[in-house]
Amino acid sequence: MATAHLTVDRAEKFRIVCGILDRHGYRPSGLIPILQAIQREYQYLPEEVLTFVATSLDLPPARVFGVATFYAHFALEQKGKHVIRICDGTACHVKQSLPILNAIHGELGTSEKQKTSIDALFTVETVACLGACGLAPVVVVDEQVYGGMTPERAVALVNEIKMQEIAGDAQAAAAAVNGELHVH
Amino acid sequence: MSTNEGSVVMNDSPGAGQTAMRRVILCAGTGCMANGAMKVFERFRKEMDQAGLNVVLELRPEAGDRDVRLSKSGCQGFCQMGPLVSIVPDGILYTKVRAEDVPEIVERTLVSGEAVERLLYKDPATRRICRGLEDNPFYARQDRRVLRECGFLDPEDIREFMLHGGYSAAKKAFLEMSPENICKQISESGLRGRGGGGFPTGRKWEAARIQKAAKKYVICNGDEGDPGAFMNRSVMEGNPHSVIEGLMIAARAIGADQTFVYVRAEYPLAVERMNRAVADAEREGILGKNVFGTGLTLKCNVLEGAGAFVCGEETAMIASIEGRRGMPTPKPPFPAQSGLWGKPTIINNVETLAHVPRIINEGAAAFRSIGTPESPGTKTFALTGHVANTGLVEVPFGTKLRELVLEISGGITDDNGKPMKNGFKAVQIGGPSGGCLTEEHLDLPLAYDSLRKVGAMVGSGGLVVLNQRTCMVSMARFFMEFTQRESCGKCVLCREGTKQLLALLDDVIEGRADAGTLDLLEKLGRAVQVGSLCGLGKTAPNPVLSTLRYFRKEYEEHIFEKRCRTGRCKALLKPEINAERCKGCGLCIKSCPTGAISGEKKKPHHIDPELCIKCGACATACKLQAVEGV
Repeated sequence: MATAHLTVDRAEKFRIVCGILDRHGYRPSGLIPILQAIQREYQYLPEEVLTFVATSLDLPPARVFGVATFYAHFALEQKGKHVIRICDGTACHVKQSLPILNAIHGELGTSEKQKTSIDALFTVETVACLGACGLAPVVVVDEQVYGGMTPERAVALVNEIKMQEIAGDAQAAAAAVNGELHVH
Repeated sequence: MSTNEGSVVMNDSPGAGQTAMRRVILCAGTGCMANGAMKVFERFRKEMDQAGLNVVLELRPEAGDRDVRLSKSGCQGFCQMGPLVSIVPDGILYTKVRAEDVPEIVERTLVSGEAVERLLYKDPATRRICRGLEDNPFYARQDRRVLRECGFLDPEDIREFMLHGGYSAAKKAFLEMSPENICKQISESGLRGRGGGGFPTGRKWEAARIQKAAKKYVICNGDEGDPGAFMNRSVMEGNPHSVIEGLMIAARAIGADQTFVYVRAEYPLAVERMNRAVADAEREGILGKNVFGTGLTLKCNVLEGAGAFVCGEETAMIASIEGRRGMPTPKPPFPAQSGLWGKPTIINNVETLAHVPRIINEGAAAFRSIGTPESPGTKTFALTGHVANTGLVEVPFGTKLRELVLEISGGITDDNGKPMKNGFKAVQIGGPSGGCLTEEHLDLPLAYDSLRKVGAMVGSGGLVVLNQRTCMVSMARFFMEFTQRESCGKCVLCREGTKQLLALLDDVIEGRADAGTLDLLEKLGRAVQVGSLCGLGKTAPNPVLSTLRYFRKEYEEHIFEKRCRTGRCKALLKPEINAERCKGCGLCIKSCPTGAISGEKKKPHHIDPELCIKCGACATACKLQAVEGV
């Protein structure tokens, strides 16, 4: 059962990747936009996909992995459901962004090394300037920008998302019980 | 004078041959968007409709009695006071507008024609209320040229851009000017690259023009990586067509038929607006197969960077576009000779290109009439840090640093944003490649060469103002950590040298440094400058060297007195209890997480330095401020 399920999944995965490669005309020079498109699809770059891309573009895997690890934007590991980015650009830094980062790490049990929380709900990253310096210090949750943050507000924000997730889970569970949701 | 010019445009009717329609312009820059500008926009739409006004969202040639145009603009610059709402032709600028304020604006301003005073900007220095741009000290001292249309035009409407004379310079370049003449005019204007290096643009173009090659490329560098800078972002978001127009003129000047706009990945809105602008220009027949009916082809592709600071360097950017790791290569050959895929290529910064259409339309002399002889024209700066008015400003080269940092900025603030008298300590200019300047430099005219002489650089134009509570050693460490992380690793001195510089700075900050550390920092810093291939490495030691030059005393205090005067360097803190103030209440004992405080009741307590982790919990708990040094 499980294996069959996996095969279907993988076929689907490579179908999407092939679509992306088709759109970029299998050009090695399009490697970065290709990886970006793949990451948009999966939120990260799975290893097997990278090797598949290398073969398809007729490039050595080292070249593809070299590019994937060079650029900060590419993630080789799966991220949490919500990505929290704390801006540590100069303007945010001088307005005390580090205490905010530490407060969020403390709240979620994450750290510089362990960026994703154990429940896989959050990934905490720092980013060097989002260009919203007028609002410093800035925290971005998914795509939403929050300006003028303080450690307290950041923790409250994180907890609010947690509560929504719990409420959402409860709703989904209730819906499943009512037969509104088809479980595969 | 220049100010009035800017405001005339803002108060202008929408275009020639049109009836002036009253217009509500919402700033949709990143800052205002994050502060809820879209909610304000939707509320305007609803309230205007309810008030019986005819909401016009599209550009329209005729205006009816009750027509009011509602539109979004790019960044209007005054980010600190957002969301911003401008009303023209009334010349009103409302600040910090919330959705709840909209009914009052609609009723009092749009229906009755009066200003809502409480939403106008109040100058904190003079307590004077400013109705619009011309009497607002933040705008009044600026000379907005590149940014002029940013706060007015709808960045997503190509027709509005064209109605304001947009693409007329590109048309002139394609139909009336020879490539040689274009290069000549740009050279005569004295335009220098706004991305940091300050290389004369005309010379760069000429070098590519004279190359004999069937294929040439132009790249617009929108990879604004300096932390604390957002000028290019604002131009791409606020007036994307001006960038495309500059790009087209550059392409015509060197004979390229393919252009690229390389935008930083952290700027999703800029990517979206540039893409839309390219698509609109293609649809209008401005870009594509038959540019202005000349039969010439010109394509433009918007590329998204992938998060590497070094890609702002020309050769690294080329490597990145070719799909490789963004590592610089030695020059020569210069990209103008052999660049993208080995073909002649020119790379210009967003702001440089945005200046080009005006130079073509108004002539080189007009451009030279402002700024200094060596650095003509205006420059945008992102003013951030400990100042009352963070935002985007544009001033002529030669403006004194003081005017920007102390006057346009609205003054220095403390960490909580409250005004701080005599709070100015330093200004960091030019990002991780630049340097820190002090009080003594405030009367220095801002220009490429004057700044280089004092160990700083214009860079892309980030100005981070620092107050007295900022530790300069930590500041140098912050930039060193950034460049160390962003070093591509090709040159040994940059890769290893920045790492060692960082370790030495950590020694200073954590109390391990000795008499030899400063010499070592200076020596190694100079070695990294000499031994690196590209601008990243060559300039990486600047923040350390400039702080060593101007704030040496602070370094020495850290090293010899083991003391940080701002109290920011935790490892150097020595918390002590002032025996005279302490009443022996025991609150600090309870708050201490490591049991480092002891003492009898009603007698002065004592902190054991061995156990103390310098968390500061005792100082927070103490009601008598008896804990000192933390």
